[in-house]
Amino acid sequence: MREIQAEQIVRAVRDLFIDANCNLGEDVLAAFDRAIETDESPVAREVIRELKENARIARDEQSPICQDTGLAVLFVEVGQDVHVTGGGLKEALNEGVRKGYGEGYLRKSACHPFTRANTKDNTPAVIHFDIVPGDRIRIVAVPKGGGAENMSRVDMLSPSAGLEGIKEFVVRRIEASGSNPCPPTVVGVGVGGTFERSALLAKKALTRRIGERNADPELAKVEIEVLERINRLGIGPMGYGGNTTALDVFFEVEPCHIASLPVAVNVQCHAMRHKETVL
Amino acid sequence: MAEIRLKTPLTEGDVEKLGIGDRVLLTGVLYSARDAAHKRLFDLIQAGKDLPVDIRGQVIYYVGPAPAKPGRPIGSAGPTTSYRMDPYAPKLMEMGLKGMIGKGNRGAEVVEAMKKYKAVYFGATGGAGALLARSIRKAETVAYEDLGPEAIQRLEVEDFPVVVINDTKGNDLYVEGAKKYRR
Repeated sequence: MREIQAEQIVRAVRDLFIDANCNLGEDVLAAFDRAIETDESPVAREVIRELKENARIARDEQSPICQDTGLAVLFVEVGQDVHVTGGGLKEALNEGVRKGYGEGYLRKSACHPFTRANTKDNTPAVIHFDIVPGDRIRIVAVPKGGGAENMSRVDMLSPSAGLEGIKEFVVRRIEASGSNPCPPTVVGVGVGGTFERSALLAKKALTRRIGERNADPELAKVEIEVLERINRLGIGPMGYGGNTTALDVFFEVEPCHIASLPVAVNVQCHAMRHKETVL
Repeated sequence: MAEIRLKTPLTEGDVEKLGIGDRVLLTGVLYSARDAAHKRLFDLIQAGKDLPVDIRGQVIYYVGPAPAKPGRPIGSAGPTTSYRMDPYAPKLMEMGLKGMIGKGNRGAEVVEAMKKYKAVYFGATGGAGALLARSIRKAETVAYEDLGPEAIQRLEVEDFPVVVINDTKGNDLYVEGAKKYRR
């Protein structure tokens, strides 16, 4: 059994959240460049240029891309042959969040849902564990901002709605979200499983890179079609009008109950922050 | 796209000449306030008490900045989504508020109140927190320090870039912009 020190996990999580918040992904920057070349709206092109300049400043100053540095979401794959020593795994992950948000000058946005009292250190993190074969731990850190998250929805469609009903639900949700989630957005769609599973699939879809299509060619086609339909809505960057309302759409699909058709849409702003490491 | 320089506090004349899509550079003072601070201001008004700041002619920026690094006035400071402040905004405009800066759609009552009380809604680029922070020269907390990122701060800004989303005539850039590029 391979041993991993809890302290190593703390450090990794700390670094991941600082990195994700200050350094915009190269895939996003490339998508910005494509939008600057193709969007018909001069205002849209100007907004995207502003976002590029913002990313440059954030990287140079190592300050956050956005003041909303998110609620800390973690996808953690734990190899079944790993033993964490010197502390608990969950405690180590939360300590990493505490350190990252404190030492990285990131905004602490976690609060009690009723009293709204801030927990002051951005814990507890929302952690999704998965047990996998092997002797490694893979950690994906996703600082998830509130504005885009609030535009997300789950619906239990009737199976008769079919694939067209699913596509329609996604497009109408993005239309209703309008300018609120800081378009251009990235849209994660989870279809199948149960009520809660669909939402998790939608969030997990957002850990892909822009342009990374679903391995299933039929689903890849659906992703491209829904992206095109969203970009015909005219909402554009920041909702000021344009052809770049979303940068990408990702579908994740699993079998569901014969009576059900759960569909979840998780909306993500243009920053698409996520970073990962393998210990 | 017109580019207009304005100094805060704003007068009725300042805001009435603005139209949707105008790019405005604001210089002067902005007050930060978001959800929890708005609730407190509203409760004071309901109780007939004075507010911690005189909001006549002022501009409120819906922002919860990131903590300042040593040697800097403020951390990243982009706009938060505005609709959450909708229940409180008409009352503040009635009391003299002339401008709001945020992002995202406003409710019908807020748009009506802007027409009635002569005020405008500006959009700042969402997510551009590092860039926008550069226009903020000084920041000091003036009320509700216990709210952390939601405290009210007095922000001294220079050429703070915004776009007019809703003007005093009831026009809406979000509606007009999407209409133009819808296919």
